[in-house]
Amino acid sequence: MSNEAVAVVPRKTRGPWAVALTKLTRDRAAMTSLVVFLLIVLACFSAPLYAKWAGVDPFASTLDAVIQVDGADVPVMEQSTEGLGLGYTPIGPTWQLGNYFLGADSQGRDVMARLLYGGLSSLLISGAATIFTLILGTAAGLIAGYFGGITDTVLSRFLDVLWAFPIYLLAISLSIVTIAQGISIGPIEIQSGSLWLPVIIIGIVYVPYVARPIRGQVLSLRHSEFVMAAINLGVPGSRILWRDILPNITTTLIVFVPLMMALNMLTESALSFLSIGVQPPAASWGTIIQDGQALLYTRPLVALVPGLAIAVSVMALNVFGDGLRDALDPRSKVRLGRD
Amino acid sequence: MKKLLLAASAAALLAGAWLAPAQAEYLKEHRGGTIRLLARSAAGTLDPHINYTDQGWQMYQPIYDGLVAFRKAEGMDGFSVVADLAEALPTLSNDGKTLTFKLRKGIKFSDGKDLGVKDVVASFQRIFKVSGPTSGTFYAGIVGADKCLADTKSCTLDGGVVGDEATGTITINLTKPDAEILYKLALPHAVVLPADTPAEDMGSKPIPSTGAYMISAFDPNKGMTVTRNPNFKQWSEEAQPDGYPDVVQYDFGLSEEAAVTAIQNGEADWMFDALPSDRLGELGSKSMDQLHISPLSAWWYAPLNNRLAPFDNEKARQAVAYAIDRNTLVKLFGGKVLASPVCQVLPPDFPGHEDYCPYTKNPGAKWSAPDLDKAKQLVEESGTKGQKVTIIVEDTAISRSIGVYLQSVLTSIGYVADVKPISSNIQFTYIQNTNNKVQMSVTQWYKDYPAASDFLNILFSCASFREGSDASINIAGFCDKDIDAKMQKALDLGVTDQKAADKLWAEIDRQVTDKAPAVGLFTPKRLDFVSKRVGNFKFNPQFNWMITQSWVQ
Repeated sequence: MSNEAVAVVPRKTRGPWAVALTKLTRDRAAMTSLVVFLLIVLACFSAPLYAKWAGVDPFASTLDAVIQVDGADVPVMEQSTEGLGLGYTPIGPTWQLGNYFLGADSQGRDVMARLLYGGLSSLLISGAATIFTLILGTAAGLIAGYFGGITDTVLSRFLDVLWAFPIYLLAISLSIVTIAQGISIGPIEIQSGSLWLPVIIIGIVYVPYVARPIRGQVLSLRHSEFVMAAINLGVPGSRILWRDILPNITTTLIVFVPLMMALNMLTESALSFLSIGVQPPAASWGTIIQDGQALLYTRPLVALVPGLAIAVSVMALNVFGDGLRDALDPRSKVRLGRD
Repeated sequence: MKKLLLAASAAALLAGAWLAPAQAEYLKEHRGGTIRLLARSAAGTLDPHINYTDQGWQMYQPIYDGLVAFRKAEGMDGFSVVADLAEALPTLSNDGKTLTFKLRKGIKFSDGKDLGVKDVVASFQRIFKVSGPTSGTFYAGIVGADKCLADTKSCTLDGGVVGDEATGTITINLTKPDAEILYKLALPHAVVLPADTPAEDMGSKPIPSTGAYMISAFDPNKGMTVTRNPNFKQWSEEAQPDGYPDVVQYDFGLSEEAAVTAIQNGEADWMFDALPSDRLGELGSKSMDQLHISPLSAWWYAPLNNRLAPFDNEKARQAVAYAIDRNTLVKLFGGKVLASPVCQVLPPDFPGHEDYCPYTKNPGAKWSAPDLDKAKQLVEESGTKGQKVTIIVEDTAISRSIGVYLQSVLTSIGYVADVKPISSNIQFTYIQNTNNKVQMSVTQWYKDYPAASDFLNILFSCASFREGSDASINIAGFCDKDIDAKMQKALDLGVTDQKAADKLWAEIDRQVTDKAPAVGLFTPKRLDFVSKRVGNFKFNPQFNWMITQSWVQ
């Protein structure tokens, strides 16, 4: 029998984040969705450049503008020349980038430029509202779940009340109340017309969606052995929350990001469509659909294109969110080669 | 005023004699059928003493009657008042403060009950008992109205409206002569209802009527059916003519787009709501014969809050008036066929109107082009440059687009402007309430009756401004004591010399326009789209299309 020692090379194990990343990158649907969404984001952030290049002001009425199409001068708003000569129709798509590519709206504004600016507003609002919701929801869930007792009762009942309202009804009510006068609470003053108004309103109405599952997770973590040990060792509650509990709910929060962003984007569009979100002349996909509603018969693209943009963005975020959830879920059945 | 009444009576007789054979002949040929109307929604309560909408007032014309009525005629004739339930226009006494009417005999309500003096007296009391929207304005000059306004439930109008059953006369006593009282009595708020009508808003419950038609079914979410009044016998063709269709079916709930399609397909005959702007071109070219364009005594305007910066400065207000391109607004409204640019308050062809426009490139009678240089200069002189202005508009396609355009105009002359569309249901009351600190808004005013005071006195008198109230129709908060005194003088002068009064109103119109408490935008026109089978379309300037004077077979 040989006495040779068998060298045991410890197998290099990969961390959970690396595993999740691998899983995610192998999920074709999720990655395609991510690419689509990033392209939309890139396009929307290029809105100021596009408007400058096209030489258009997407916010000012340009009813008397005349553009060149195939060498001919064409008014942006075309008056009917037949019969009684009633009404003006905005120019349709020219399919020439930088030259009213998607045509004009009822104010003679370049729809393509407004579409990009609208996307920028929609993305910024939904992104900021997502951060706002996650911060508030996480804080509420952590405090309620960890401290329990009266704190939990008060916070949970408050969330129940918020939860009891139909989301859109609550968002519409808050928007109507704040739309004309803005918000003024002590030193905090937000003027009417500010993009922060829809951010805060949307952020608030979705807090229970995040807070409740977080609270549930924290409740279960609160009674886990490592937390009990920390408590018995006299570690302060804030430190336990920050160092022991928060890291354990990070994956849930990450999964929430794309899903909440998709929800927020839909809500923002709905509010703007109802004139209680982004205020004219600023654009959001919702306001462009609203503008296009009056042109459905003659210029359907004005409403259809932003609708399509919302649908694609929301779908991309949802599919990516699903992929992210699968990737971060240790019970996920996605095959990972040698793992 | 006596002269005016005599002339009106003579004209009424002549018109009646001339019209009678033609109508009788046509009635035989075209009588019958169902005319089908569409609207997005009902006009609110069915109660004619309360309903204060164009839609409601138009529908009441063939249904209810007052002592007097606006003549059911086209053109300026439609602005004249004729006797309706009264045998003739009233005799005046007591320096014009007492009006005496003699009630016609033999008229029955649709429920079979006879019309009597008691019904007339009870109806006037009811205007106050139900707190009618114009009880404190149009009818506040009746003796005893002050007590009725203070205590509505026990209103008797003691000494104000006195009936004599024996002679069939009704006497109305006023606290002071009122040149416009006949107009006010010809409005639906003063129609005669059965004396036993409950003194409360009847909501969806039809009230028996004296007119050619009666409301036989109403569901605010579905529609209204109006059928012939079995007890109606025509007594005055010019006040309450018999109608052509047997039934008027008014359906609610269809969108404007769907309503247009229904009319095109012959499934409906007319729609109340404005035609969708993206269908105008198509309809104007393919369905010209089915379109009727009629002038309206109305004003689209932008009230500027005279009590809030920056528009508490006259030069700032004038700057806005100079800067606005009315042609652009006309374009937004559908083009020159549907609207005309204006600078002044009184609409064209309205009593007291004399063309006047100081806020244009070449000041004179008509608006020609904006003067941006002058506007910028005035903003500089006013010291208001850079101030923030919020424009409150209705959340409708046209109002929103006007708001967006005005925002760009204000920005171009040096203000930091934004625009807020708010629901049409609340915008009109919102902009009236000073608590909301509205700086600028976009709204419309449609005449109640054809008198200059209905625009100038109502919209710009000191009395029309009420701090912190939702009913402060002087939205601009304009109050000029000299102009106020002149308006009172014109009202008084109208009792004896209407022409002189109208001259004075024209002067007041110029003075108000010069002060620019609001910026006149344009005068709209009414565009009616009817089905191919609708014949004899007639437009009354007071209450719009006379529905039952058209035939469908």
